[in-house]
Amino acid sequence: MIAANPLATSVLQSEDFIYVLYIIAFALFIQGLRGLAGPTTAVRGNRTAAVGMAIAVIATLLNPGEGNWGLIALGIALGVAVGVPAARQVKMTAMPQMVALFNGVGGGAVALLSWVEFRHSGSTYGSHTAHLGAELPGGLTLQTGASIQIGGVPTYVAIFSVFAAIVGSISFWGSNIAFGKLQEIIPGRPISFGSAQQAVNMVLLVLALAAGVDLIAGAHSELLFIGMLIVAALLGNAVVLPIGGADMPVVISLLNAFTGLSAAATGMALNNPALIVAGMIVGASGTILTNLMATAMNRSIPAIVAGGFGGGGAVAGAQGAGEHAGTVRSTSAADAAIQLAYAGRVVVVPGYGMAVAQAQHAVRELTKELEARQVEVSYAIHPVAGRMPGHMNVLLAEADVPYDQLREMDDANPEFLRTDVSLVIGANDVTNPAAKNTPSSPIYGMPILEVADSRSVIVIKRSMNPGFAGIENELYFDPKTSMLFGDAKSAVSEITAELAQI
Amino acid sequence: MILASTLTTNLAILVLAGFIGFVVISKVPNTLHTPLMSGTNAIHGIVLLGGLLLLGLAGLDAFSKALLVIAVAFGTINVIGGFLVTDRMLEMFKSKPKPPRVDDGDGGSDAGSGDGRRDEGRRA
Repeated sequence: MIAANPLATSVLQSEDFIYVLYIIAFALFIQGLRGLAGPTTAVRGNRTAAVGMAIAVIATLLNPGEGNWGLIALGIALGVAVGVPAARQVKMTAMPQMVALFNGVGGGAVALLSWVEFRHSGSTYGSHTAHLGAELPGGLTLQTGASIQIGGVPTYVAIFSVFAAIVGSISFWGSNIAFGKLQEIIPGRPISFGSAQQAVNMVLLVLALAAGVDLIAGAHSELLFIGMLIVAALLGNAVVLPIGGADMPVVISLLNAFTGLSAAATGMALNNPALIVAGMIVGASGTILTNLMATAMNRSIPAIVAGGFGGGGAVAGAQGAGEHAGTVRSTSAADAAIQLAYAGRVVVVPGYGMAVAQAQHAVRELTKELEARQVEVSYAIHPVAGRMPGHMNVLLAEADVPYDQLREMDDANPEFLRTDVSLVIGANDVTNPAAKNTPSSPIYGMPILEVADSRSVIVIKRSMNPGFAGIENELYFDPKTSMLFGDAKSAVSEITAELAQI
Repeated sequence: MILASTLTTNLAILVLAGFIGFVVISKVPNTLHTPLMSGTNAIHGIVLLGGLLLLGLAGLDAFSKALLVIAVAFGTINVIGGFLVTDRMLEMFKSKPKPPRVDDGDGGSDAGSGDGRRDEGRRA
């Protein structure tokens, strides 16, 4: 027992009181999530959920069996030391990979918990008359040395724990790969075993499941457990590596849902309602969110997970695109300024290039200048422009772009027909007409912003390098397109400067 | 009997929580997809509690303790980092001290009306 705690028998440490705190935490989580779903309530929603989390943590620390305070403090201090600066200093453009990383460590924590759980009571898996000391099913009433249960852990605990271990390990490694791809440590284009990919994934999955079943049935081998974690880790790598960078947001969202489910499974194994509720809510809402994102890209989740871009045809398509015929017309900032100044209607199409160059303020300056000249300006936002849904909206709002100038894809597309100039700033794949016209293209079928419909197009881009999907963009070879090569921020600023002189 | 009821009670909680998750996120504007993902990401940092519970146990060997300290650190990163990053992402929705009003002087009526319309958009 923890002698240091004088409140050991007080009401604060009663199981009911802890449970009530958990219930308050659930209410705050749900209220917080509801808030996060609406623009006016989102900030408060996030903070509400954070308060819920603080309450849940405090409630857990009140648990009468709690000990090892020094180690707990050490773990939390390490987490704060890493997490706070990472979250504070990350650039807006790197947010998506940061989310992937935070998701990954969550999955890693789940896998580690299952491992410890196995070390602790795995010797009783698959038996009902075995050892003592299976404290875990009584998660809330852990009394050190006092919780003697006859019959070991129930089978369901073993099942949930093994499930959590496999999914947690997949999530940890998958998220790390996603992070690597978005951070461009690992090439964004699909990396795969080609046609053997599916078979490899299948074998890994079967191996992991077989090891899991064996453990649940009572193979009291820690080595087998570690082997299972490793196979699941390989599976996480093998599933995410072949996925093209453009699909990464959907993958991160899916892994987020996975981590939620594994957390819920850990809750079932530890008999902790807080983990069950919070984990399951994330699992369910994450699945919905994943679906919303996939729908926005006209991709199905199974197709994404099955590997590579568009399955079999992907390789041929990606190679064929390299040898594009046609010429590219490049323009100067001065010409672009003239084109824009005499346009009646300009649509700005921002993409990752704008985010990387931090050009949103420069873009806002340019459009202010255009508005002063009675040019009608709006912004067309592709659902997955940048690296994630909403990425562009965040950046543009930061630059004080009026909310009502932002158009979502479905509203923006009909308007391109009556647009004089589309100004594409660092967007690539989301404007590629190949998605509409070229059935052999890897991105065929993805909804795009139909900038090619407008009377002319100016593309600001650093170079002719292909975009995240690793394919050429036919738009650049269109006769009505002119390219302005350069960093988005300086190019936009130059146009603004030229504009001021007209 | 007792074990069965623990399992079934928890299963009931699990199923109901699943439905809540589905219902809460039925309609979300695209703009909020990323912050929402990040927010739910922070919430599954709840695994921190599992780490705290297990680390609180007596009778752990040194290796288990080491694993758990890492797990607690991971969980803490997930929770704290997740909520902080989400908060930063939501910068755009925070009520600002209205710097655009200052711009009204030189920016002309254009900027002013634009801002007004944006406020309506937010309220809607």
